[in-house]
Amino acid sequence: MSARDQIFGSIRRALAVTGEEASRKKIVADRIADHPRGVIPARGQLPDAERLALLVGKIEAAAGSVVRLATIEEVPAAVADYLRTDGLPLAARRGADARLAALPWEREPALAVTVGASSGDDLVGLSHATAAVAETGTLVLLSGPDNPTTLNFLPDHHLVVVAAATVVGDLETALARLREERGAGGTPPSGLPRAVHLITGPSRTADIEQTLILGAHGPRRLHVMLVGGPA
Amino acid sequence: MSRAATSEKFDDNARRALADPALQGALAFVEANFPARRRAVVDALPEFDALRDSARDIKAHTLAHLDLYLEAWEARVKEQGGHVHYAPTAADANRIVLDICRAENARTVTKGKSMVGEEIGINEHLEQHGIVPVETDLGEYIIQIRDELPSHIIMPAVHLNRQQIAADFRRVHTDLPKDRDLDTAMALLSEARTTLRKKFLAADVGITGANFLIAETGSSVIVTNEGNGDLTCTLPRVHIVLASIEKLVPTMEDMAQLLRVLARSATAQEMSVYTTITTGPRRGEDQDGPDQYHVVIVDNGRSAMLAGEFRDMLRCIRCGACMNHCPVYHAVGGHAYGFVYPGPMGAVLTPSLLGVDRAGRLPNASTFCGRCEEVCPVRIPLPRLMRFWRDREFSRQLSSPVSRAGLAAWGFFARRPWLYGAVTGIGVRALAWVGRARGKFGWLPLAGGFTATRDIAAPQGPTFQAQWRRRAGTQGVAEHARTVPSGNPHGRGSEPQLTEPAASDPESRP
Repeated sequence: MSARDQIFGSIRRALAVTGEEASRKKIVADRIADHPRGVIPARGQLPDAERLALLVGKIEAAAGSVVRLATIEEVPAAVADYLRTDGLPLAARRGADARLAALPWEREPALAVTVGASSGDDLVGLSHATAAVAETGTLVLLSGPDNPTTLNFLPDHHLVVVAAATVVGDLETALARLREERGAGGTPPSGLPRAVHLITGPSRTADIEQTLILGAHGPRRLHVMLVGGPA
Repeated sequence: MSRAATSEKFDDNARRALADPALQGALAFVEANFPARRRAVVDALPEFDALRDSARDIKAHTLAHLDLYLEAWEARVKEQGGHVHYAPTAADANRIVLDICRAENARTVTKGKSMVGEEIGINEHLEQHGIVPVETDLGEYIIQIRDELPSHIIMPAVHLNRQQIAADFRRVHTDLPKDRDLDTAMALLSEARTTLRKKFLAADVGITGANFLIAETGSSVIVTNEGNGDLTCTLPRVHIVLASIEKLVPTMEDMAQLLRVLARSATAQEMSVYTTITTGPRRGEDQDGPDQYHVVIVDNGRSAMLAGEFRDMLRCIRCGACMNHCPVYHAVGGHAYGFVYPGPMGAVLTPSLLGVDRAGRLPNASTFCGRCEEVCPVRIPLPRLMRFWRDREFSRQLSSPVSRAGLAAWGFFARRPWLYGAVTGIGVRALAWVGRARGKFGWLPLAGGFTATRDIAAPQGPTFQAQWRRRAGTQGVAEHARTVPSGNPHGRGSEPQLTEPAASDPESRP
């Protein structure tokens, strides 16, 4: 008997089922197809302006920083500002994301922006989030050539662009939109990307005497550029 | 073979822990910090208790249909180009991981924190076969270089102070200047970060655990704060996920519900920093991520738990709230429990994994104060499950002759209430008379354990039961007396079925 049969056999013996019951199969198929929502906290269910304000407050509460920008064209200047303020070299690395590629980088000629995944030598990574969740100040980033995963974790500073129109009240809504756009299964490119990253603040640890320190293995700073939306 | 355990020596372990000043200092931190922090973050979410019900129901539903959700999940993983392996025992899981590493000629392996990895002893197994495993969670790294078990499931090194950690770093990081400053937690973190960053970039294989497996999408989910788990599953060529069978949830929505109670219960955060949903290996156009994605499904005694009362324990999401609120854990810490799972959840789970003959002391190490059940995010009836183990230990005659004799004597009287009342009445009057001068006793026969550290008050007036009867007579509360539960309130019919390992050596199983 294979190890797989052994485990399934043991589970089914313990549950006193065969695995062939039509009623059980229907319950499981329906649950996956309907993916019912559970309890959604009222906290995030807000009109646009308040929802954005909640997002900003929650990112800051998680030790991230936020700057509001009227248009995405302001991103290059905002990146340069961040680097100058922190006394960092004027360099950043980003993925192939078309929204970032189309930016007027020429307005910041001193800023060197390279493209591609990180091999660990970059001080600053720049990403575009696919969504953000106001309830907890969480950014949703997708792996892939547009925003490679390594940019989220290897650089000391992670700068993330979030479009106000993609800010949702709760995590369930963000996940449902992913499902609408890509499906939740099947053969790639259908289904989820290799990795969906839900990021809430910069890396941290409290493993030494329960003292909270930022920048454990991932970025020491998380800086969000929130673009557009009601002021 | 599960990891070596000393659970049968709980009493000795506990005595040593109580006499360890460094440990007591660290434990005072836990007691002082965690309950208040959790309280604050729970109070800030009015829906928290409704979410706990939701979380309990999701896990209960999944466990009742576990075979079907496991099948659905497996099909999705394969569609996405991932590999699924099945490990009935710890030894099977270790062999599967080693085989994958060998096929890749792996020399070093980085590890994200995994409790099931601790349970099966994967590090020891890899080391024995010439592969170097490197723990990358800061707490796990510290206990790895000390060759210790985790003392807490969320904060593995919570039993140590920074002077102890600094001494270990000086001992192990011999290539660094001897006079470097390691006085602050920040300095220790920086040194670990720099050391481990090189290991991340050099590793051939990354092993992580899983907080959840999502049947709908064929994904595994890890929840971390440091980012080490993500570097572990992104940088090496091969990613291996170790996941026990009860990690399944049906859908992404179900995961979202559980995340809300997990972070708040574990670390008093509204959301952990990194929650990563991983689905299959690197895709065609990806510039990073592993070429291979393997998931090892570990049973190691869990499927048998589905049959009886201990199915409730499989709802556990490993948040650690039960130990953070446990007076026994606060007193003796995690190592006293002698295995990788300490505190109330360990007192229930460890006997299921090791057998009540080896771990029967653990469910006895409880005051039954009920705080663990009060804070459990998936509402596991931990005290009730501990009581089931005590009952089993007694009925299998595993407890000590002295305690059995004592219980038998008490049982003799308890079954004869008139005799019990008469004897205790005489006893109380006798004690009151002997102690009438001082009003207390510094020593009493059979109570040396109690009086060693404090006096026992001399009784005043009649017994509780006699007083109760008198109050009932005057105030008409007699009916209430009959509703006071005694023994097992659920009756014999709800006894758990046997869920201990059938053989003492799991390797000998087919």
